[in-house]
Amino acid sequence: MRKSLARPFIILVVTIVVAATFCGCSTDQPGSTDGTLKVGMVFDVGGKGDKSFNDSAYRGLLHAADQFGVEHTEFEPGQDADRETGLRKLAQARYDVVIGVGFLFSDAMRKVAADYPDVKFACIDFDPRPGETLPDNLAGLRFREEEGSFLVGVIAGFFSETGRIGFIGGMDIPLIHKFEAGYIAGAKYANPAVSVTVAYTGTTPQAFADPAKGKELALLQYRRGVDVIYHAAGSTGNGVIEAAREVDRQAIGVDSNQNYMAPGNVLTSMVKRVDNAVLMTVRSVVEGNFHGGLREFGLADDGVGYAVDEYNEDLLTDEMLAFVEDARQAIIEGTVSVPKE
Amino acid sequence: MFELAVLDSALRMATPLILASLGGLFSERSGVVNIALEGILLTGAFASIVATYYTGNPWAGVFAGVFAGVLISLIHAIVSIVFKADQIVSGVAINLLAMGLTQFLTWIVWGSSANSPSVQGMAHWSLPEIWGPVARGVNVVISHYPPLVYVALILVAVSHVVLFRTPFGLRLRATGEHPEAVDTLGVSVHAMRFAGVLLSGAFAGLGGAFLALNTHQFVKNMSAGRGFIALAAMIFGKWSPGGALAACLLFGYAEAVQMGFQGQAVPTQFVQMIPYVLTMVALVGVIGRARPPAAIGKPY
Repeated sequence: MRKSLARPFIILVVTIVVAATFCGCSTDQPGSTDGTLKVGMVFDVGGKGDKSFNDSAYRGLLHAADQFGVEHTEFEPGQDADRETGLRKLAQARYDVVIGVGFLFSDAMRKVAADYPDVKFACIDFDPRPGETLPDNLAGLRFREEEGSFLVGVIAGFFSETGRIGFIGGMDIPLIHKFEAGYIAGAKYANPAVSVTVAYTGTTPQAFADPAKGKELALLQYRRGVDVIYHAAGSTGNGVIEAAREVDRQAIGVDSNQNYMAPGNVLTSMVKRVDNAVLMTVRSVVEGNFHGGLREFGLADDGVGYAVDEYNEDLLTDEMLAFVEDARQAIIEGTVSVPKE
Repeated sequence: MFELAVLDSALRMATPLILASLGGLFSERSGVVNIALEGILLTGAFASIVATYYTGNPWAGVFAGVFAGVLISLIHAIVSIVFKADQIVSGVAINLLAMGLTQFLTWIVWGSSANSPSVQGMAHWSLPEIWGPVARGVNVVISHYPPLVYVALILVAVSHVVLFRTPFGLRLRATGEHPEAVDTLGVSVHAMRFAGVLLSGAFAGLGGAFLALNTHQFVKNMSAGRGFIALAAMIFGKWSPGGALAACLLFGYAEAVQMGFQGQAVPTQFVQMIPYVLTMVALVGVIGRARPPAAIGKPY
């Protein structure tokens, strides 16, 4: 008798689990009735609330809702396989625009965009195959992270007193190598003698969401004499900033402006204007001039940059800022070229 | 490889492992396999951040973590002791439940299923400086690590004493070896096993609280496999607190060395193999045959 109760109990537990796992999405009303545009967004590993990459995208979505009165829904994939499911679900519910946040969506985007030619898709950090051309309903939005990283590298190289600075990347992939390469080039541009310690958190997407490990990596670098660390590691980077606060050194934020997270211990942030890219995508659909294909945002069109605000203005001298602005101009004019790897 | 920064890092990274493997120890010594450690860690981490978020006091978070650990291990206890279900299946279910439930609740509480906001962390212990040079001397020792690191080390000693020097420990171990004999002597096997499993929840919940409070936030799946490593450490340490401590320190050290080696002209991929290679070498070379409790995994 007792034994026979065990099975239904486990089935119940499993059912709750499955239900809870798929509960990432908020509302999804079927098909728009009054003609307002419907925008759906599916987030990356770091997830909404990462204070970095995903939040930048989310801000863009909120702006778009504000400006154009579009309806919006978000979906947070519980696990890897849910990414494609999320895109499909939104496309099926006849959303007009579906945005995938992150390079991990590239494959799923190709498939789903082919299956739903009437829905417009945008993929942040889209990872194209060599020579690939995208269909009309798929826009791949890319950023020249190396350019923004160059500038924060200049600031780090200029600021460092020990002449040793650090870089902590999330997943060890070419996309993150762009951040690293630009940063190192920028630091050497400001101070040719600077040495850069590079560490990656891991080789799986989980590497973007392990703040405990990020903190330890950073503490280790600081203990070895590094005084500025730039992270490109999603919410793993929250651990890096926490470490900077704990030992009173400097961290450099990424993607969103993270200066406020530890005032006085975040030297600056490399902002990647994913929000602008999202806003622009929605605007193009509203105005009826959306078109597929790859687009790249760099310094010239304010797609990337560095953040100065009330939290870090005391750390940055006028001399430093003038030097950085010169470097910025030089990159835009093409007199300084920034490596991608 | 033996620089102080790496050793410090090793001890901090070993701490959640130490707590979880102590937990596993109590459960398995009573005869209940507990692969739910991973899920309990995660639950404890989540609960500690929620409580700290609402009270502003990280110690409230610690208690919440322990309490939540006990609560979720209660499911494991009921399913595997009362209903005599397969303990592995129940453990897997709890791991899945914890993963989904913490994401779901994170979404309910903070509107994101992946990240909590930052909360107040735990201040390091220290005696007031005005107590003179003695206080300063003591502070060198007690304020070097987050408080729960010391708590974990003390708990290793306490667990050893409880398991091997008290009547309760004797009964617990006997329940895991030969429950019929325990029953014959009038000790309730179910009660002992409940105690074992709930203790494992308390320890692993505390481990989760350390993990989350040390980074000041909850992130989905932040246990990141540490529960399973703790389980391995417990087996590795032959089901004894001292052995588990040594094994956890080894794992923590391997991880710290891996971090320390990065960026020093050795390819990352190679460096990241270090913890696993070290584990295999230790398993094959140093540790002899590990003998689990005789009645482990068998419902009574």
